Amino acid sequence: MKTPLTWLKEYVDIDIPIEDLARRMTLAGLEVEEIRYVGYPLPDAAQRREAKVSGFAWGPDEIVVGAIHEVMPHPDADRLVLCKLDDGEKMHTVLTGAPNLFPYKGAGELDPPLKVAYAREGATVIDAYSESAEMEYTSIQRKKIRGVDSYSMACSEKELGISDEHEGIILLDADAPTGVPLVDYIGDIVFDIAITPNFARDANIIGVAREVAAITGAELRCPDLTIPQEGASIQGKVEVEITDPALNPRFCLGLIENAVIQPSPYKVRLRLNLCGVRAINALVDATNYAMLELGEPLHAFDYDILQKRAQNDGAEVPTIITRSAKAGEKLVTLDGEERTLDDFTILVTDQTGPLALAGVMGGADSEINDETANVLLEGAAWNMINTRRTVMAQSLPSEAAYRFSRGVHPALAPQGVMRGLRLMQEWAGGTVAQGLVDEYPNPPHDPTVEITPQNVRRWLGIDLSAEEIAGILESLEFECETPPQSPPRIAAKTPAHRLDIGTGVVGKADLMEEIARVYGYDRVPETRMADALPPQRGNHDLDIEEKLRDMLASLGLQEVINHRLTSPENEARRFPAGEAPEEAYSELVNPISPERSVLRRSLLSSVLNTVESNYRIQDRIAIFEIGPVFLPHEGEELPVEASRLALAITGPRTLPDWGGAVAGEMDFYDLKGLLETALGGLHLGKVRYVGGKNPTFHPGKCADVYLGEGKIGSFGELHPLVRENYDLPGTPLLAAEFNLSAIITAVPALFDVSPIPNQPPVFEDLAIVIDEDIPSEKVAALIRQTGGKILTDLRLFDVYRGDQVGEGKKSLAYSLVYVHPERTLTDKDVLKIRKSIIYRVERELGGKLRD
Amino acid sequence: MLEKLEQIKKTALTALTGIEGEEALNKWKTTHLGRSSAIMDAFKSMGSISKEDRGIMGRTANQVKLALQAALDEKKDALHQAAIQHALQEEKIDVTLPGYAIPRGRLHPATQTLREIYRVFADMGFQIYRSREVETDEYNFQLLNFPPHHPAREMQDSFYVASDADRGDNPILMRTHTSPGQIHAMRELTAEAPDNPPPVRIILPGMCYRYEQVSTRYESQFTQVEGLAVGKDITFSDLKGTLSDFARRMFGQDVASRFRASHFPFTEPSAEMDIECFLCGGAGCQVCKHSGWLEILGCGMVHPNVLSNGGYDPERYTGFAFGMGPERITMLRHHIEDIRYFWANDMRFLEQF
Ligand SMILES: [Zn+2]
Repeated sequence: MKTPLTWLKEYVDIDIPIEDLARRMTLAGLEVEEIRYVGYPLPDAAQRREAKVSGFAWGPDEIVVGAIHEVMPHPDADRLVLCKLDDGEKMHTVLTGAPNLFPYKGAGELDPPLKVAYAREGATVIDAYSESAEMEYTSIQRKKIRGVDSYSMACSEKELGISDEHEGIILLDADAPTGVPLVDYIGDIVFDIAITPNFARDANIIGVAREVAAITGAELRCPDLTIPQEGASIQGKVEVEITDPALNPRFCLGLIENAVIQPSPYKVRLRLNLCGVRAINALVDATNYAMLELGEPLHAFDYDILQKRAQNDGAEVPTIITRSAKAGEKLVTLDGEERTLDDFTILVTDQTGPLALAGVMGGADSEINDETANVLLEGAAWNMINTRRTVMAQSLPSEAAYRFSRGVHPALAPQGVMRGLRLMQEWAGGTVAQGLVDEYPNPPHDPTVEITPQNVRRWLGIDLSAEEIAGILESLEFECETPPQSPPRIAAKTPAHRLDIGTGVVGKADLMEEIARVYGYDRVPETRMADALPPQRGNHDLDIEEKLRDMLASLGLQEVINHRLTSPENEARRFPAGEAPEEAYSELVNPISPERSVLRRSLLSSVLNTVESNYRIQDRIAIFEIGPVFLPHEGEELPVEASRLALAITGPRTLPDWGGAVAGEMDFYDLKGLLETALGGLHLGKVRYVGGKNPTFHPGKCADVYLGEGKIGSFGELHPLVRENYDLPGTPLLAAEFNLSAIITAVPALFDVSPIPNQPPVFEDLAIVIDEDIPSEKVAALIRQTGGKILTDLRLFDVYRGDQVGEGKKSLAYSLVYVHPERTLTDKDVLKIRKSIIYRVERELGGKLRD
Repeated sequence: MLEKLEQIKKTALTALTGIEGEEALNKWKTTHLGRSSAIMDAFKSMGSISKEDRGIMGRTANQVKLALQAALDEKKDALHQAAIQHALQEEKIDVTLPGYAIPRGRLHPATQTLREIYRVFADMGFQIYRSREVETDEYNFQLLNFPPHHPAREMQDSFYVASDADRGDNPILMRTHTSPGQIHAMRELTAEAPDNPPPVRIILPGMCYRYEQVSTRYESQFTQVEGLAVGKDITFSDLKGTLSDFARRMFGQDVASRFRASHFPFTEPSAEMDIECFLCGGAGCQVCKHSGWLEILGCGMVHPNVLSNGGYDPERYTGFAFGMGPERITMLRHHIEDIRYFWANDMRFLEQF
């Protein structure tokens, strides 16, 4: 909401510095995002600013109001003219090529003279011809142009930083005072205020002025809504019929006759321009101006067109009917688009058909046009939800729609119409008909809310007296009553311009905000909570999750976090082509792109994507991700959000270094080692690794991980056919996906620590030759079982295949550590265990001791 | 005889001076202190010396032997020192060569920032509460006082999730904020003690989603941390105090913060907290949009409707809530200019943390 200071000052006195005002408005909820200085000097750059500052200062002695008394042809240039110009001090001859002066060329002495923005010799203006994106300035120097001495100029809006308009020069209103500094005449300061939805009532000059009055303690002046109504009564010239008061609580019409289409005064056009609204003609400008000022969007119909339509239909006068559209009904809006309507759209029609999308945009047929003389001016109130849905459905944002879709109080309707008629009459002449047609079937309830100083204390933590509270609310036009009773109590009636105050406890909360804002958020003290602490529960799942993150990071893995929106095609890549199973996805109704159209089912797929996007950057990748996957579940309205852990590693085991140490590429056992360490670190108990079947992984290099009887995850080397689906490095890629909730559930709350043994350990190595097919885990399990409690450590240190053990055999070499808790072990003890291990290996596994 | 002993000593010591290696030293030891050395022979021949001379001869021979032994030890030590000095010279390396790189794991920056936020709030008694990412319109909006078609929904365009049935005004969507967790948490507590539910003091972290065209400033997915404190004695001044404390912990003890009125449907009164821009010191820069202030979080007193929807009687309980974007905080603190870095997982970004 762009708010010119001069306009604000018409309704409230402002005597604090601009930056202070901006800061106080911002703190009170009207966030000033930018302050634009139009003609006025910008604040010192070193000074603390409250908002972005922009603009261009006009030298008060150099840029003044000038009066052109005659426009003469240039002796030898058709496209230039010479102006006889009075700058208040003397007459000058000014050379210009402005096309908007050509109509006056050779017309002799002008009466009244043309008032222009005159830049004297040496004045600095914006270089309108600069190609640069940055604003460039130029100072006006004396020079000869086509034989004529030129040292000053009449400025365009672009040269003064008002707009991009550079077709012609500014032609000021006839009453502009010659010789006065231009900045004193039309200079302004424009606040660009971000209006939040609940401040929609302030999306107008009066609204902002009211806030300024409240926060500065100044008085708010109300606009003059009286008009000389010299015409005949409007009664009998138009009928209004509201079919659904819930959609259209109020509908007002006023009439002005014999207006003359012409441009508005320059000062009006400038204001509209500073507010970001394009000036059209006096009639249209009046509707926009009144809307910007009061917040009531107006709609102007050409009365003669409506009259003609009515008469063609056999009626005496037009009847304006408001109703909801029939689904599929059509209307050509004034932007020339034919629109197909929904049943929630509200229409303004006459007896022959639709005229306008209520509160959003007018129709093309009944619009103000170049011949319009008689204007029927509508001010109404519309249901904000229906308006909002129409705006969305038709993608039709407009100033009117913006306001109506956030709620406009019906009390504003006649005020807007009166203001609009007055401005039309002022700028376009004509006669205003007496009275308004005003249908008001559905007045809103303006709630009265009771609050007490104790409420204020409880909510805001500040002590205010009943009088102080009433004073604050009254500054926002609440009508307050404080009946003499104890404890004191304030009954505040909501003023008839806002719809955002609720009833009961909600209304109280609403008033709290008003009180806090006007009192000043900055004045509320900072305290520490004195309220009781809640029961302390902790968050076990998150604790474990974070522990696991730390563990994996300490093992050298980088945590990644991927987009959780993906596509089924992307996730299908984790299976060999053609083998992807049918999987149900939670699908987005409105995806932004096909690549992010469903919720991921696989975290493995996420980490594979990360490897793919990184391997060209570095050889060695070791990553993990923790997060949810989304699994639709038959009969459930929401997908199951299952917690997952995924890992992927590839590339050399160590980072390359100049020392030339070669450690080889990471393989299955690197990943398994990582997993064993991480899961061991969580004291998970008995984890089993079993050869697994998983289409993503190499059938011979894949394991499932079990905890008790439950499978908690699987891992392996990527299947060569899966690898083909990705753009991946040549090194083996190892990946894993785990059900994180299963891991978390299994983490014991406590774990025991064994004492450090007093007895010396006995070390022994044992190499066993067995058939290739027998999993090493079987041998280890057998040794562990046989060793019993005194076997405190068992480590595989070599696996050998070759001539020395024979075809189809392998040798597994273990180092064993024995410790007896109470006594020193003898050679005899150890020999006994060794013998029984060998015996069982031979008998149960068909193996033997390697000599 | 005494002269002979003196001669033995002299010869041996002279021989010792020229010795440079360990081997030669051992040989010297054998020659001059060994079983068949001159000094040992002198001891052996002691028997043939007269009784009265034997005493002085024995002592002198002993002194010679000890002197030779001491000389040997000294030489040994000198040689050892020399050998070490030599080795040290030989083993000198170029210490400016880079060390061997060790693969290091790290946590994602989002995790790191979240943990920092957790820690600060944990110190103030806030516990972590997490809830689901796919929600119903009811939990994401309606119970939080965003009625259907409320204008504030415009700021939170949603991704909707397909469902089999027509759900009317209660479609399934990706949560646009972690606030649905506020309702879940309050309802869990009020289910336990409906008449006198315990106070609430939680933070709600997690991934949220908004229908946004992705750009350097907007992501369709982002993490959020919200906070909620509900009790019988919680005021707007408590909110200011708590969040200013947070700002000082997070951004430095001297950081200035300010609260300005704003609007969120689930809070009333609502506020934005800004901190003084630490990039420009408040003078105004690109990042703070030339205002000198950085928007850090939105907050306010919990709306009575939200308290009621959670089962807390708004006539007896008040509370405050706040929400912030960890990515934005991370970006401000590390001068990151592209929010897309966070989920793109480029190692060149992640490995800088
Ligand atoms: Zn800054």
